[in-house]
Order: sequence, then C-alpha cells, then structure tokens
Amino acid sequence: MSKGQILRVTGLVALLAAAVLFPVVFSNPVYTNYGVYTLVFVAVASAWNVFSGFSGYISLGHAVFFGSGAYALGIAARDWHVTGVGVFGLLPLAAAVGAVIAVPFGLIALRVRRHTFIVITIAVFFIFQLMAYNFSFTGGSSGVDAPFLPWQASTYNNPFYYITLACAVGMIALAWLIRRSRFGLQLRAIRDDEDRARGLGVHAMRVKLAAFALSGAVTALVGAVWFFYLTQVQPPSAFDPLFDLSVVLMAFLGGLGTVSGPVLGALIIEPGQLWLTANANGYISEILLGALFLVAVLLVPRGIIPTAGEYLRRLTTRGRAAIPTASATVPQAPDPAPAQEAQR
Amino acid sequence: MTALLRTEGVHKAFGGVRALDTCTIEVDEGTVAGLIGPNGSGKTTLFNVITGYNKADAGEVYLADRRITNSAPDKVFALGIGRTFQLTRIFPSLTVMENMLVASQHSRTGARKRAMEQLEFIGIAGYHAALAGTLSYGQRKLLELAYVLVADPAIILLDEPAGGVNLSLVNHIANRIRELNAAGKTFLIVEHNMEFVMGLCDQVTVLDSGTVVAAGPPDIVRTDRRVLDAYLGEDIEEPEDDPDSAEDE
Repeated sequence: MSKGQILRVTGLVALLAAAVLFPVVFSNPVYTNYGVYTLVFVAVASAWNVFSGFSGYISLGHAVFFGSGAYALGIAARDWHVTGVGVFGLLPLAAAVGAVIAVPFGLIALRVRRHTFIVITIAVFFIFQLMAYNFSFTGGSSGVDAPFLPWQASTYNNPFYYITLACAVGMIALAWLIRRSRFGLQLRAIRDDEDRARGLGVHAMRVKLAAFALSGAVTALVGAVWFFYLTQVQPPSAFDPLFDLSVVLMAFLGGLGTVSGPVLGALIIEPGQLWLTANANGYISEILLGALFLVAVLLVPRGIIPTAGEYLRRLTTRGRAAIPTASATVPQAPDPAPAQEAQR
Repeated sequence: MTALLRTEGVHKAFGGVRALDTCTIEVDEGTVAGLIGPNGSGKTTLFNVITGYNKADAGEVYLADRRITNSAPDKVFALGIGRTFQLTRIFPSLTVMENMLVASQHSRTGARKRAMEQLEFIGIAGYHAALAGTLSYGQRKLLELAYVLVADPAIILLDEPAGGVNLSLVNHIANRIRELNAAGKTFLIVEHNMEFVMGLCDQVTVLDSGTVVAAGPPDIVRTDRRVLDAYLGEDIEEPEDDPDSAEDE
C-alpha cells in the first residue's frame, strides 16, 4: 500500500469514527437533528450523483422517488397496520417502489437528452405532486401520518441518525464501487459521448435505466426513513422543488461525477440551510442557496473536489511534464521520407 | 474471395437531399478497400448506414451474409464492425486506458492486458494514464484506432484516418493498417489523401452523388473517365470565338 493510500484509508476511518461518535459527543437533539438531515442529503446527493453525475443526465425529478418512498412506507404501514419499529422492515418495499417507478419514468425520459430530459423530469415531478394532492389513498393535502414510536424524546433522534448514517455510508461505498466498475465506466462514457459509446458496444439505454432505477431506489429508501423521522408526509414536503435544487447544488458545489464531491456539498449546504432557517428566515436560506449556485458556477464550475485536486496536482507536478513521455514509436516531427515510400 | 461486408441498393435521403442512391458495394475478407469521392458524395453517410447511426430508407446491408440493415450501433459493433470518425470521437474525461476499456469485451484482467498490447502496437502506451482530452489531434486519431482494435472486430471502417495529421503520422497509420491487414484484418477506408488510398488499398470504390460510379483495383480506377469527371467535373465545351464577347472583355 502506498503512502497516499494509507493516508486516505486513515482519513476515511477517522471520518467514520467521528460520524459514529457525533451523537455521543453532541447529544443535544438540536445537533443530532442537524446530523440526521445532513446524512439524509449525503445519501440522496450520492444516489443522485450515481445517475446524473456519472451519466451527465441532470435529473430535476428525484423528489419523485423521495416522496414516493415516503408515501409507500406510510401507506403500507397504515393499510397493513404495521406499528412501532416493525415499520423499519418496510424500508426495502420503499426502495422497490422507487425502482419500479424509475423504469417507466426512465423509459420515457431517457429517450431524450440534455434540456429536454431536464424538462421531462420536472414535468413528471409535478404530475406526482398533483397525484399526491388529489388521490384519496395518499390522504390528499393532509398526507399520511407515521406510526408512533415509543422512544424517549431526548434520544429519539439517535436511532434515525445511525440509520441515515448507514444509508449514507452504504451509498458512498456503492458509488465508489460503481465508479470503479465496468458499469460506471459505461455511464461516464455515455456522459462524454453517448453515440460513440453505443458504437463501441455500450447498451446505452440499458445502462442509463439501470443507473436511474438504482438511484431512484436509494432515494426512495432514504425518503421513507425521512418520513418516519418527521412522523408525517404531505404533498408539498414530499414533492418539494427545492429538494432537487438543493441536491443538484450539493453535487455541483462538491464536484459532479466524483464520489466525494456530493458528500462534501451536502456537508456544507444542509447544515448551513438548517442553521439559517432556524436562526434567520427560511426565505434568506433560499435566496442564499441561489446565490451560492451562482458563486459555484462562476468560481468553481467543476466543483470544489476537482478544482482542489487540480490545484494540488499542479503543485506536485510543477516543473515536470503533465503527461508521461510516451514510449511511443510515433514520430512527432515531420518525416522527410515521402508518403509513397511507406506505401506498398 | 467472399464478401465480408456488402451493401445492396442502399437509399438514404435527408429531406429533399438524396445522400445515397442505389449504393451497392462489396468488401472482400482480408482486403483493404477504399471508398473515395468528392465532398458530399455520401461516403460518411454510407458508413453511418452500415454502422447503424443512420437508418437506410431502402436497400440492405450484410455482414458475412447476415442481414444487419438498420441494426443499432451497439449491435453492429457486437457483430464485428468497428469504426472511427472523420472528426475524432474519444471520451475526453476518461483516461486513455479507460477509453480502451469502454470498447473491450474481455474480462477485467484480460481487458487491461489486451488494451495495453493494442496501445503498444499503435504506439501510445506511454499515455495510458493521461486524460484522453489532453492528447493532441494525431494522438486522438491513434487512440480511436486503438480502441476499435481492442474488441477485435471482423472489419474496421476508418473515416479519413489520414485527415489533419502530419506526414510521419500518416505513414505510421498506414504501416499499422498494413500490419493488421497482413494478420488478416479487413478494412474499409474513406480518405481524401489519394496517395494514401492508392498505396494501401486492394480495391477502390468511387462514389458520386450517392451512387457508385467506379470500382476496381486502384490503377484502373484512377484512370477511369467517370472518376475524373466526378472529381474534376465534366468537360465543358469551349464556346466558339465570339467577337462580341471579346469586345466586352
């Protein structure tokens, strides 16, 4: 193992240990509440990034999965009379609902690219929001209540903190594995040039759809946990346009298409938003979110992680060739021999 | 010899523009075939129809007697047709090695080994860890050829492999094509560099306005009247001396 790898692993273990010990050190529910929300967004931003960041298809409709996961858990618990901690057993159902919704959604939306894709995801988002308002089984504008959990108020947040931590760590590990896999390589090739990738044997639709379904499943799972934590789900909170904008900003700020970028973005933005909402005004938080988007686009268009990485690389390679010298036999200078000599 | 690749009466129109009109060509197995013609004669469109990027309005495409007309590009590639593009199309945010692995159909370890072998053969192995977007135009041309080779296709379609690169690189590419052909690989090459085509190809097909106007060995084709007309335009009869026009001048 190289020195760099040892440093990286040590850093990750330290970060994980700090995350595990956070509720022990900061036991105040105000702080653990920050922790739960932040981890929800770490997981969701990573899930969003596995599809949108890797493939280049920017989805503004992931709230469809988030809200659907929340509603799926709530409706199933209500109709099947599942109570207490038994509701956690329904989390895989929420993930399955997310994946099932992603298939027809993706089959339609993934036929088009770029701006048209974005517009279709927004349209589907509003369709789901309208359905949540108007169907009787979703409880209309009243929404659905979660089953009561007989936990102490002082430590109520802690189990949710560890569940969301598990979701976040699991999603980051999954994103890391996907990025290193052939599947991830195909997604990144699609991002660069989808038609060329198809011409090299990549089943583009299949690959995109698989990533969309996987991303939707994880987002729905986290949405279900979030619903259980809030004890209630309603159309405007489940299908919130700001949800997608926040997630996109997190990924852009940290570094689109990188594994650590969306994590860093969520760790910066979500606690900041929560603090501003609690201590200032919700509108100021939203205005600042938009301003941060502009600042990120102007100053770090590739995101913090890639920009910082580039800066460090420049420092360490100063005075050396950026690209290793080729062992190539390709002559770089014009050859005086006429082309005909090389011909048969 | 048997035809490895065959098109029969292919038609393709873009709106009112007829890009291909009853286009029939054959590429024999183990040969290097050239496809030439003036700009806009339909060469790249024919490549696009063969590889599934454009759908033919009529006609058929066969690969070793298997009908592949209007198959999707990924299927065409899996069946054994690899191609490069006139303007190089690589994956700039991936490394050179990752570019190779996109096209590879081998297992993880086998894929890396074979990719490295191809990069060494083409002559850009030293760049395997570099981002493809940082390569020069000539190196991109080589990378595109290398990642098509990594999947070991039955036939390789090269769209202007010598376009926009220096003479030494043209020779380098020609030599690599020659070596691959000696090993049994079949090529169909679109190229405007006549020395490159005439020196490399066993058979040359000439397209004009989407139609085949001549086909045969290079020496025959280069003297064909119809080919000269296609490239240089048909003779225009000189007008008889007109005293009025002389006055006008």
